[in-house]
Amino acid sequence: MITYTLDHPERGHIEYRDRKRYLWLSSLFMPLFPLLGVLLYFGTGSQWALAVPLVFSYLIIPCLDYLLGSDENNPPEEIVPQLEADRYYRVLTWITVPMHFIVLIAIAWFVGTQPLTAWSVLALAITAGSYSGLGINTAHELGHKKPAFERWLARVVLAVPAYGHFCVEHNRGHHKDVATPEDPASSRMGENIYQFALREIPGAFRRGWEVERERLARQGRSVWSLHNEVLQSYALSAVLQGALIFAFGWIMLPFLLIHNVWAWFQLTSANYIEHYGLLRLKDSNGRYERCQPHHSWNANYIFSNIVLFHLERHSDHHANPTRRYQSLRNFDDIPELPNGYYGMYLLAYVPWLWFRVMDPRVLALPHIHGNLNRVNIDPAHRDRILARYGAGGVTA
Amino acid sequence: MSRYRCPGCDYVYDEAQGDEHEGYPPGTPFDQLPDDFTCPDCSVREKSDFEPLPD
Repeated sequence: MITYTLDHPERGHIEYRDRKRYLWLSSLFMPLFPLLGVLLYFGTGSQWALAVPLVFSYLIIPCLDYLLGSDENNPPEEIVPQLEADRYYRVLTWITVPMHFIVLIAIAWFVGTQPLTAWSVLALAITAGSYSGLGINTAHELGHKKPAFERWLARVVLAVPAYGHFCVEHNRGHHKDVATPEDPASSRMGENIYQFALREIPGAFRRGWEVERERLARQGRSVWSLHNEVLQSYALSAVLQGALIFAFGWIMLPFLLIHNVWAWFQLTSANYIEHYGLLRLKDSNGRYERCQPHHSWNANYIFSNIVLFHLERHSDHHANPTRRYQSLRNFDDIPELPNGYYGMYLLAYVPWLWFRVMDPRVLALPHIHGNLNRVNIDPAHRDRILARYGAGGVTA
Repeated sequence: MSRYRCPGCDYVYDEAQGDEHEGYPPGTPFDQLPDDFTCPDCSVREKSDFEPLPD
């Protein structure tokens, strides 16, 4: 294992080993999970085997997060430049890009060539969609980086879930407006995930398109230009998914439709839990305060973080969006989710349970302390929430 | 021609080079960037946060 060292003028000799260094390799093995169902099907002949990857994602991963617990290890700040410069980490994200193409094509081939029930096709479309949702996470890591090659790779991998507007909308829209009522990608207290999806998916598309249109207008170009980075990614999606329909027939239409929507819904799920109810306050000039660590929910569970390139260390990501995944830090006293993202997704899919667990957690945060003026509340549910929690109702 | 740095992510806006990807041609003064200009790399810091760099 590589040891990074530094002789610091004040802190003396600093040594650091990244204990997660080789765990990050799991991003290369993750495609085995969506393909596991297919392999088991060939081994057992039972279509029930096709449900195994979904059971893994939504039941086994939350259990592993619970059992393996959290990881509070941070690299020393002085070592971060060395850690960021180590090409090993970025190469892993690059290799993950073709994996997303391979998994979609392999599952599409399976759906197009095997005699399957409609339920099996549905399970496979959701499995492939979950993994392509992880492709949006790969694009998220790459799209925030400064080298043009990595931003290009982000647009390439976004072609798999057909979500080419994500990087523009996320980097230039969500990061600017995060934890404000104006942000379609920050969920409000009282808003359930299905209502949120109907606001987030079209809102993100409109904002991404608008940001790109403005950029091209400044260059003196039409939005319908070959330089439109959103359209570049969509064009690749059209080629990829068109080729799958051509190769494997009309069964691909429902399969790809469900796959795409489920992949988008994975992003919706992440957005829903990352800033639920959190609100940046306005200063006396009407400007929103800068995004602080307490404006994001975090989860420090080792297993789901390894799968998600440290996405769950979300406060540091919003403070330092260009920081690479291996360097993201855990902080004390920031909003913490009670399980990793996959477990929290499952909770979010059952809204009454979500509100029951999360609303008191929002109000108990030290910077909110029961003060509903410091919460991003859904206007449609404001009266109900005020009636329930208002007038000093809940304090920790 | 001056240079201005984002204090969050070290992006540098160099007036001599502009930022053609963002649609600001070489020679565009920092003052002429729109008021709602945010850092093209991190989007966390705004125009008023940028720091002039010594020549």
